[in-house]
Amino acid sequence: MNASYFLLILVFSPLVMLLLLLIVPKTERTFIQWFGMIGTLPSLLIALYGYSEVLHGSHLSDWSIKHSWIQFGNISYLQEQLFNIDFEMGANGLSMLMVLLTAVIASMAAIASFKIQKEWKGYTLLFFLLEAGMLGVFTSQNMILFFIFFEVTLIATFFLIGKWGGIARERASYAYLIYNGLGSAILLLVIVYLFVKTGTVNFEKLQFLLAGDGGEMASTISGVAKGWMLAAVLVAFGFKLPAFPLHRWMVKVHVEAPPSVVMLHSGVLLKMGAYGIIRFGLELFPDTFQKASVWILIAGVVNLLFGAFVAFVQTDLKKVLAYSSISHMGIVLLGLGAANEAGIQGAIFQTVSHGFISAFLFLLVGILVYRSNTTDIRKLGGLAKKMPKFSGFLLIAGLASLGLPGLSGFVSEFTAFLGVFEQWPIIGAVASLGVILTAVYVLKAVMDMSFGGLTPLKKTWFDLRKAEWVPAVCLTLMIVVMGVYPSIVSTAIQDSIQSILMGMGG
Amino acid sequence: MNESIMDEKWYLMTPEFIVLLAAVIISLLDLFLPKKVNRLVLGWLSVLAVLAGGIVLLLFSGVDSASILYGTFQLDAFAKAFKLILMIGVLLILLMSMHKGEENGSENVRGEYFYLLLTALLGAMMLSSSGDLITLFVGLELLAVSSYILAGIKKDDIRSNEAALKYVVNGGISTAITLFGMSYLYGVTGTTNLAKMGEALSGVYDSGLQLLLGISFLLILVGLAFKTATVPFHMWVADVYEGAPAAVTAFLSAVSKTAGFILLLRLLAGIFAAAPSKGLTSVSMLTDMRMYIAALAAAAMIIGTLGALRQRNIKRMLAYSSIVHGGYLLGAVASLSIFMMDTIWFYLLTYTLMTIGTFVIIQWVIMQTKSNDISGFAGLYQRSPWTAGTLGILLLSLAGIPGTAGFIAKLKIIMSLLVQDNSLWWLAIIMIVATVVSYVYYFGIFIQVFFRKEEQILKDRLSFGGKLALCIAVAATVLFGILPNIPLDYFQHYFGS
Repeated sequence: MNASYFLLILVFSPLVMLLLLLIVPKTERTFIQWFGMIGTLPSLLIALYGYSEVLHGSHLSDWSIKHSWIQFGNISYLQEQLFNIDFEMGANGLSMLMVLLTAVIASMAAIASFKIQKEWKGYTLLFFLLEAGMLGVFTSQNMILFFIFFEVTLIATFFLIGKWGGIARERASYAYLIYNGLGSAILLLVIVYLFVKTGTVNFEKLQFLLAGDGGEMASTISGVAKGWMLAAVLVAFGFKLPAFPLHRWMVKVHVEAPPSVVMLHSGVLLKMGAYGIIRFGLELFPDTFQKASVWILIAGVVNLLFGAFVAFVQTDLKKVLAYSSISHMGIVLLGLGAANEAGIQGAIFQTVSHGFISAFLFLLVGILVYRSNTTDIRKLGGLAKKMPKFSGFLLIAGLASLGLPGLSGFVSEFTAFLGVFEQWPIIGAVASLGVILTAVYVLKAVMDMSFGGLTPLKKTWFDLRKAEWVPAVCLTLMIVVMGVYPSIVSTAIQDSIQSILMGMGG
Repeated sequence: MNESIMDEKWYLMTPEFIVLLAAVIISLLDLFLPKKVNRLVLGWLSVLAVLAGGIVLLLFSGVDSASILYGTFQLDAFAKAFKLILMIGVLLILLMSMHKGEENGSENVRGEYFYLLLTALLGAMMLSSSGDLITLFVGLELLAVSSYILAGIKKDDIRSNEAALKYVVNGGISTAITLFGMSYLYGVTGTTNLAKMGEALSGVYDSGLQLLLGISFLLILVGLAFKTATVPFHMWVADVYEGAPAAVTAFLSAVSKTAGFILLLRLLAGIFAAAPSKGLTSVSMLTDMRMYIAALAAAAMIIGTLGALRQRNIKRMLAYSSIVHGGYLLGAVASLSIFMMDTIWFYLLTYTLMTIGTFVIIQWVIMQTKSNDISGFAGLYQRSPWTAGTLGILLLSLAGIPGTAGFIAKLKIIMSLLVQDNSLWWLAIIMIVATVVSYVYYFGIFIQVFFRKEEQILKDRLSFGGKLALCIAVAATVLFGILPNIPLDYFQHYFGS
């Protein structure tokens, strides 16, 4: 079978499932729930297969699709090939890694979605739409296609939060929509500007043109314009990541959205921010990026420390985790800002690792909410007695989050800091404070919940059930494997990092 | 030359003749048919007429441009392309009016509703084909007068009366201003023929005449702001849209706006592009004046957006949103880029489809809830998931979300603004911000439709015509969003150049 079909199935099988589901009556609750779970499997299997190919040294160059799609303007008096947008999808090591992250978390979130209480059909439809959007984002080879999938995830998530979320769900979904919509709008301006100046939206071609080898076309883009575009890209994806002062919507979403959606949101959607900074920022404007690296590093430190401090004073587990996510995304910024091999590697590592860890944590939050209906740490305590297995997993996730050696969090933080210290030891030293703070707030939260003062426990507080074991064990495995055997990730992203460094002239 | 009137190539006017004939026949039928005969028959006759006219127009797509009656009537690529949008728009509006309800007038569906739509269409079609100021003006007024009556067609409804009155008064003022501007044009060039006018102007670079031309340009632009429902003549929009029956509102929002832009392009782009602003080698008058258009575009986007944010009345909200869309389109006009024509054409086509589609559902909801408040949409998803889904797609398209035609249309405008020089980058940014803010009011409807509980029980089903119109609108919106080259190629192939 032609490998390009794999790519098609990978991205579009959720959409096919969506269409199939349309004809199922909405009263068939059990069927829809199982269908929602099974529907994510084709993508998962192909993602696993694709990733194993990458690990075996395949470059996935035949995993690509290209069709002519949209032409703008009257071609006859423009050069051929100009103002064409092709339907181009493809995969490399980095995107395959992100695809794997997405596919795994989507399947796990689908299992966690069994706890959804109402309107299963609508939920599952949107869930499939969201998954297809995310997979499309990571496999798009041009900016317009990227943008289209990017917006699909925005719309799907808006509805998922607004309909199935907590009490203040509508406010949260509005905040999500407006902040991210603004980010997308800024991104669109950059895309259109590049498109009208160069006549193409293909990432590779743009990379080539902007590197200065493109002759006349590229020379029309000045250094100043590049600076503005990079700034715009950083702001646009800063909303998504989220970077400090653009983060406010994200806390609302983490608190209000249903836990299964937050698994996808914090596990994958936020990571699109990091992925976007790499694709639009690092790869297209490597020189400018390097010049701006101090500012990015400072933004990273601010994110890291701000998130950690605020997480420390929170009493609601969801908020602790939300601010912890902000803090951890600071490490991504730090790694990227370092703009050297170790730094970028660390940033990508952190992206993936935090994806799994935060998905894991929100899986546990979902389990907890289902039993206790609260995430207030002050009202929880002594969980270890009544729910020992749950507490065990919570501890693992917490330790991974604070970066215990042997778990994925450690590798990513270590590598990222390695990159920072190489060039900016002072910033690195300040940032290290964040790591200590992380240990403090994570341990505080986990300890309070597991071993703190006993709260009157109710009968409904049973320990993990069969269906809950599966995602918990899978995600633990991911975290441990990445921690013990980091080259499972670093092999895949080696090529991407090399090409970025080439662009920087290093 | 000794040409008789029969030597003219009258067949070029076949689409117009079909519409005219239908209007005459239907008005006579309405007069002579007994009262008990349901007037919906007349509606279906109108549908057939517009369909037939449209088919003839499509058959003409390959025909070279030609003009008759001493250049007063032209069938060029421009006319054909834009007439197509007008006919699609009126066809959909006729379809959505095919129901027994009081939206079209009183309890019994009224015949004049249908032939007024046809005469309005005829006016708009003449407008797009005219090569002379006189025919242009007559076409414009035929459209306008028909629209005035349509806005007030619900005789017993005080709001509808108010709408008609406001529309007439504002329309009269704007017509006067436009006409005043046109008189300068005639004075400077001594001709009413647009082609000759262009020739005459290309030789004019006397500084005194420049001033007169500039005044004429601004007067026409301001007058046309009424037809295109943009700033500064936007005050009527919300009141008239609110008071008029939903189908008429859809007509004003889509067809009337399209006609306004046709006029704008014919007059301003057609004539002033030929006039050099200072010397023979200098840039054209139009290029010189584009900043004024850009300023109006920006004002329309900002004022429309701010207005829409405050509305809870769905028709008023869409009225302000229509002002914003007018602003986007003016932005495309101001860009004067190589993409200008196809961008405006595609936007108008898309906008016609999605607006009318939206109004089909709005009409259906309003007829049952008897209220224009957006809370009437609460729980629509529970009651009728398919209708809610289609409304969702149309609103996403209006908001310009990717995957829909609205996105491609907006993308093209932003491209137009940036493609040649960067002097209008600020307009692109305003447009982007207006788009993001527009999420707030469009998604406000989503909140009602999908998240809220049903308040009023909607019982009636969508009429067959309404369903048909809705299906066409949604299918085209999605199809043109995913494969925009279907209409774009068609435009390039037959109308481009």
